[in-house]
Amino acid sequence: MKTDGTSIRIALRVNGERRELRDVDPTTPLLWILRDTLGLTGTKFGCGMAQCGACTVHVNGQATRCCVLPVGDLDGAEITTIEGLSHDGEHPVQRAWKEHQVPQCGYCQAGQIMSAAALLTAVPKPTDEDIDRGMGGNICRCGTYTRIRAAIHTAAGEGSR
Amino acid sequence: MSTQAKDERSISWSPAVSRRGFLASLAAGSLVLAGRASGLSLVAGAEDLSFDPDLFVSIAPDGTVSILAHRSEMGTGIRTSLPMVVADELGADWDRVVVRQAIGDERLGSQNTDGSRSIRRFYERMRVAGATARTLLERAAAQEWRLDPAQCKAAEHGVTGPGDRRLGFGELVETARTLPVPAEAELSFRPASERRYVGRDVPITDLDDIVTGRATFGIDARREGQLFAMIERSPVLGGKVESLDDSQARAVPGVVDVIQLPDFEAPHGFQALGGVAVVANSTWAALRGRRSLRIEWSDSEHSSYDSRAFARELEAEVNKPGKVWRTQGDVDQVFASADPENVLEVDYHVPHLAHASMEPPCAVAHVHKGTDGKPVSIEVWAPTQNPQAAQDQLAATFGLDKANLIVNVTLLGGGFGRKSKPDFIVEAALLSDRLDRPVQVTWTREDDIRHDYFHTVAAVHMKAALKPDGMPEAWLQRSAYPSIFSTFVPGMRDATAMEHGLGFTDVPYDVSSLRVESGTASNHVRIGWLRSVAHIYHAFAVCSFPDELAHKAGRDPYEYLMELCGEPRIIRLEGVEYPNHDEPLERYPIDVGRLRRVTERVAEIADWGKELPPGRAQGIACHRSFLSYCANVVEVEVAKDGSISIPRVHVVLDAGTVIHPDRVRSQMEGAAIFGASLALYGEITARRGAIEQSNFHDYPMTRIYDAPREITVEIVESEELPAGVGEVGVPPFAPALCNAIFAATGKRVRKLPLSRHDLSW
Repeated sequence: MKTDGTSIRIALRVNGERRELRDVDPTTPLLWILRDTLGLTGTKFGCGMAQCGACTVHVNGQATRCCVLPVGDLDGAEITTIEGLSHDGEHPVQRAWKEHQVPQCGYCQAGQIMSAAALLTAVPKPTDEDIDRGMGGNICRCGTYTRIRAAIHTAAGEGSR
Repeated sequence: MSTQAKDERSISWSPAVSRRGFLASLAAGSLVLAGRASGLSLVAGAEDLSFDPDLFVSIAPDGTVSILAHRSEMGTGIRTSLPMVVADELGADWDRVVVRQAIGDERLGSQNTDGSRSIRRFYERMRVAGATARTLLERAAAQEWRLDPAQCKAAEHGVTGPGDRRLGFGELVETARTLPVPAEAELSFRPASERRYVGRDVPITDLDDIVTGRATFGIDARREGQLFAMIERSPVLGGKVESLDDSQARAVPGVVDVIQLPDFEAPHGFQALGGVAVVANSTWAALRGRRSLRIEWSDSEHSSYDSRAFARELEAEVNKPGKVWRTQGDVDQVFASADPENVLEVDYHVPHLAHASMEPPCAVAHVHKGTDGKPVSIEVWAPTQNPQAAQDQLAATFGLDKANLIVNVTLLGGGFGRKSKPDFIVEAALLSDRLDRPVQVTWTREDDIRHDYFHTVAAVHMKAALKPDGMPEAWLQRSAYPSIFSTFVPGMRDATAMEHGLGFTDVPYDVSSLRVESGTASNHVRIGWLRSVAHIYHAFAVCSFPDELAHKAGRDPYEYLMELCGEPRIIRLEGVEYPNHDEPLERYPIDVGRLRRVTERVAEIADWGKELPPGRAQGIACHRSFLSYCANVVEVEVAKDGSISIPRVHVVLDAGTVIHPDRVRSQMEGAAIFGASLALYGEITARRGAIEQSNFHDYPMTRIYDAPREITVEIVESEELPAGVGEVGVPPFAPALCNAIFAATGKRVRKLPLSRHDLSW
């Protein structure tokens, strides 16, 4: 974050692209920067207190709830959102999600997919207990959990091939 | 769905592209089989298209088939399943079908996407739409070839005739649009053997968009120049602003205005709740501004509401005689002469619940003004289950004709009944009217949980006298709960036949003396309907009690339940006011045979009665709702310390004819998990009129680690009339779970949620 006396500048890389933010309130959670400033609405608001995971993005590769993450702390950070997870919707997690027809309403699914992708990066062959830990921060009110679990196992199998 | 089709669809909700221009280009030269009533005009912004024989279908010269989705998509797959019916009847290739979302328009029939009605109410209508289009295309081909239409047959996106004659749908558009639309009596319908999609697991229409983040929900709606608003509402229903200091809010950078909204007039209905709006150039600025408001609220008639005291009132109410809704035999005489040892009398209680759809209520509205500065038309973009109700409420609020109220329906990030109520849409319109710009209102989770249209709180009293064989000779059930209709009728203290008809007056058990009664109750919060509505508390009592009686009689709960259901028969309910989910009983009877079959089958696939280690047990429940039959066996594991896990759930569903089996299975899976949330944790409480919960930390949902681990769903193959699906899986879950917990621990839970109970053993 730089201040030149009159305004604040924050530089981020979002989905591989450099984005410079000027005149933003540094307390603004990244979620609202993504949605309202950068027009990346794939990342969703669910609770505003890091309880539900709908806002999960990758910050420097880590699955992070961005609804409570002040953008002022993120100068130089590398952000990946659902829009940037793959260029063609064919990330192994996205493929597995389609194979299992995981989504119902779909609203929480961007967060679920981002959490699952980060989990598989950290633990390429997760056990059910790993999935419980890695995905426990993401609520799905429609109740797609059994398919989420199955899809993660599928994506893990695919990754090994 | 072709890629091109998807792009078009997402464009149609994008602010950057003129939908009007897009549709005008689409319409030119199209055979819009929707059209005397102009179907595609029901996609917002379309010009009048005048060649449409049916509201729901249009075919472009390039062969693209557009099918209008008029029901709201909130996760049931309705934007896929109803169009599949049209495509099959028409003979269209699915990858050349584009699904377009309709705006609110009463010409389409009801768009109120609740009551698990979409398939049963529109399956036939979709077949007519497809058959109308097909008949015209076949006749057009016959005219081209100078043949009898009977020799021309539509299949695989074209019409074939004798020899190797074949014309694609697109090639037939020009001729077809000149032909008179056939009357419904002239139509024939395809046999099941000719269907390519119905009954198959077609990928859902929005799947690719959802997994890539491109799907547009209400919260994603964006209009040029849009402002963002947050509203602070009275913590108590009916409280009014007594004093307001907005100076600090106005000082927050980005805040554009602070606007006090008008108070609602009783009954609240679907009106905006009132309160103080902070409007800003970003959501965050609006949130910060709202936090800086200083407001004092007045008391209201509901300021003394205490949900704990109220629960005791309800319990007292169900323990005294009430209004009789159904009676047979002589319950009083049997109870009077029964040995008290053979009588069981208990009370069940289910608290208020909040919907907590993952996408909170939100809407964008743009009020357009005439030269006199008065509103002339309003366009909104919202995740609404009922765009026509939004039109009605906007019409009532602004005095405008419905033709000038364009309600665009986005995808819904969950609905569960909350988004049938358009109060949040009216809020956005009131603010746009004041600011002359498009305004988005977003509810925070705290707003959503504190100001919901809550699922009502209920008490149910159950009493039975058992014969020497352990089966009941007399059965009394009595409920009391604030009515949904208190939302529309001031002073409403009696719940209605509609509500009692949701799994209570239609209790299916074979008992010679039986009486169903209800007491009265007042509302102190907004009462609404939540997925499966009154079936939740009715089924909790009506499906738990047989298990209690079975244990009292020393019988196996499954065998007892089957004997209690009795012989396969149709229950007539003569003299009982029973709306039957708004369907005639002749078409959708109460069929105990079907209820028995799902129950028998679920016991079979769950291996009912299998050996399980201590602390682990099965529970069973069956229930008819939304004209479908559903049975659950829930397997629970209760640790010594009382913590619960649910390793396995078996569900058998008979919903008659099923269009999309995978989406039906997914609804059953989701219903079990929804049922687990309400059974384990669901409880909204109030003190001094204000809701005590606010977010997922104190109104928890099941998560992946405590949700049912395996859910096996079997759908009964049936050619009966299609019945409900979306809500049907919810009612039997909680009683089946609590029955399992009793079997595992000897502890009977009659008061939800389970998190309030010590289940250690």
